[in-house]
Amino acid sequence: MAKSQFTNPWFPYLLLAPQMLIIGVFFLWPAAEAIWSSFFLQDPFFGKSTYVGINNYVDAVTGSDYRRTAWFTTIFTVLVAFLSLFLGLMLAVSADRVLRGRSAYKTLLMWVYAIAPPVAGLIGIMLFDQHIGPLVEFAALFGWNMRVGVDYWDTGIAMIVVATWKQIPYCFIFFLSGLQSIPSSVKEAASIDCRSETRRFWTITFPLLAPTTFFLLILNITYAMFETFGTIDLMVKGEPGNNPVTLVYKVYQDGFRGLDVGGSAAQSVILMLLVLVLTVVQFRLIERRVHYS
Amino acid sequence: MHPTKFILIGAATMFAGTAQAQTELTWWHGMGGQLGETVNTLATMFNESQSEYVLTPTYKGGYEDTLTSTIAAFRAGEQPNIVQVFDAGAATIIGADGAVIPAEDLIINAGIDFDSNDYISGVRYFYADSEGKMVGMPFNSSTPILYYNTEALEKAGVEPPKTWEEFQAIAPAIVEAGYTPLAQSHSPWIWTENFHSRHNLPFATNNNGFDGSDGTEILVNNDAIKAHFTAAKEWMDKGWYGYYGAGWGDNQTPFENGEVAMWLGSSGSFGGLRNSVEFDFSATYLPYWEAVTTEPTQTFIGGAALFALSGHDEAENTGTAEFFKFLSSPEVQLMWHKETGYVPITTAAYELATEEGYYEETPQAEVGIKQLLLPSGENSKGYRMGFYVQIRDVMNREYGKIFAGETDVDSAFSVIEEEGNKLLNRFAQTN
Repeated sequence: MAKSQFTNPWFPYLLLAPQMLIIGVFFLWPAAEAIWSSFFLQDPFFGKSTYVGINNYVDAVTGSDYRRTAWFTTIFTVLVAFLSLFLGLMLAVSADRVLRGRSAYKTLLMWVYAIAPPVAGLIGIMLFDQHIGPLVEFAALFGWNMRVGVDYWDTGIAMIVVATWKQIPYCFIFFLSGLQSIPSSVKEAASIDCRSETRRFWTITFPLLAPTTFFLLILNITYAMFETFGTIDLMVKGEPGNNPVTLVYKVYQDGFRGLDVGGSAAQSVILMLLVLVLTVVQFRLIERRVHYS
Repeated sequence: MHPTKFILIGAATMFAGTAQAQTELTWWHGMGGQLGETVNTLATMFNESQSEYVLTPTYKGGYEDTLTSTIAAFRAGEQPNIVQVFDAGAATIIGADGAVIPAEDLIINAGIDFDSNDYISGVRYFYADSEGKMVGMPFNSSTPILYYNTEALEKAGVEPPKTWEEFQAIAPAIVEAGYTPLAQSHSPWIWTENFHSRHNLPFATNNNGFDGSDGTEILVNNDAIKAHFTAAKEWMDKGWYGYYGAGWGDNQTPFENGEVAMWLGSSGSFGGLRNSVEFDFSATYLPYWEAVTTEPTQTFIGGAALFALSGHDEAENTGTAEFFKFLSSPEVQLMWHKETGYVPITTAAYELATEEGYYEETPQAEVGIKQLLLPSGENSKGYRMGFYVQIRDVMNREYGKIFAGETDVDSAFSVIEEEGNKLLNRFAQTN
């Protein structure tokens, strides 16, 4: 792009300023504050700080439950990200094929997206309630004595189901519009060359959807790691006990419930680094394989 | 505009003008639903009882949220006059030197008579400093008691247990009658903190933590409580005890549904149970182990207290003191006790309730307060530990693991001890 488009060299910076200001105020400043507080132990009322070096980091990582929480977060994120991607894609492909009542299907499939995470959490609690939950009764039909809130993995599975369910419509919407933007000439040409529909899907349709898939993968990972907070909070009812939580929930728990500002800041810095690494990996390794138009 | 309307508005403005002359007081609390309504009633009663002050209560979410918003407001210099802080947050607010004006000082400075002996002994010390000076004004005070389904126990042909040994003796008969004998709603509070109090066992060094946070260590890793949890796990395996997770309601529901015959809950649950339960129920003291002690002591209070925050002028502080005095009056306490099921905090209020014959109609309502009046011991007045919310989280997690069979009792308690001490040490460094 030629620089000569702008007569005043400061003009582009002026246009960028509002965005930079927002990033500065809402991201860089709090991030710097978090890094700063992570080296101190703070009295919450007066903010009197004692410098403790990297003790907060050591205490966070050596906590007996930290490894289990990190492990659960990984499994949770991978499962939620890929399951919602996969199910969203399958539903989009099916809805794309439907000829009659198409918009009704689409609307119904997108509906769930309008549900706020805490509401999804509430619905999840009702469905998986250990005394009256219909899904618990359903599991019992297969001899599975599901005890959400008591058994670690039973609760974990319930969380994964609710979080995935909530994210499917989002993937669905993007995949559907991605499918519709594939030119019909390409599809027709493919159907002349190859009879197998499955094969056509994986060799033609799916590669053409790659940019959408990549975009959704990143968003799903962010969703699973951070935005599921409301759902998890509702499902553990603020009293996690021996139930799984994600790393970001633990940051909240120690910082806002427990008022351990330093310890919570250290954990959020660790999380920040993790996301940084993850983003670099995604863009360096995966994006290379994605072809944009 | 219609002339009468005009006059009305004029009059309203005039009254608003006089209202401005009154000192305004703010009160942040964590009581939602029905309890929140009762809190509003209390404020209205106070506002109508005098004309100098106007008290406005504001619901700030749960206990944790209330404390967090108060801290944020405090740092911005916008703190309310009064805030309600729960038991596990007591060390945080009392430990923050200068954030709170001790209730006792506040009342005396306002020229109001104060005698801490007016307050019931199990209530008096929990929110006090090591010299016994009351820092927080006990508000919604409750203590753990054993509720039982009268019908279920009759069907099994047994009496409610006084000790855990008796419980073990009657449990098979209750199972026979078709009930799960026992459930319990708050393992850290009932089976840990009050377990130590009931058996007069030390819970932490430094006088249970009351003498200051420096070097305070938790003494939870002891044989008595380990024996208790070993027994509880056995009860669970035999079907004598149902563990439904760490949530309060999940453990109360099976009792309300009539599946569980006995439930350890809060004396403050009485008001709610009375409305939700269709069967006859009664209550008795928290059982103890005869093997540990033959002279069981009192329990202490849970719930929350009101704290007067610093940084307000003399007139507002006097108003807060007037409200504390109003709140402690026998009539107000009696109304609060009857409406909510929380225990009255003064002896005078308790006597008034007795005179009125309240306990003849509802003997269950008296169990909590009688338990708080049991003989006290050196270790029965409560505890004061920092980062206690996290310590409770560790307990809840480890107890969950014990009951899920993921860990054994010995390792669970050494984890609680180790992590608890680590947290206490961190807390000591914040001050």
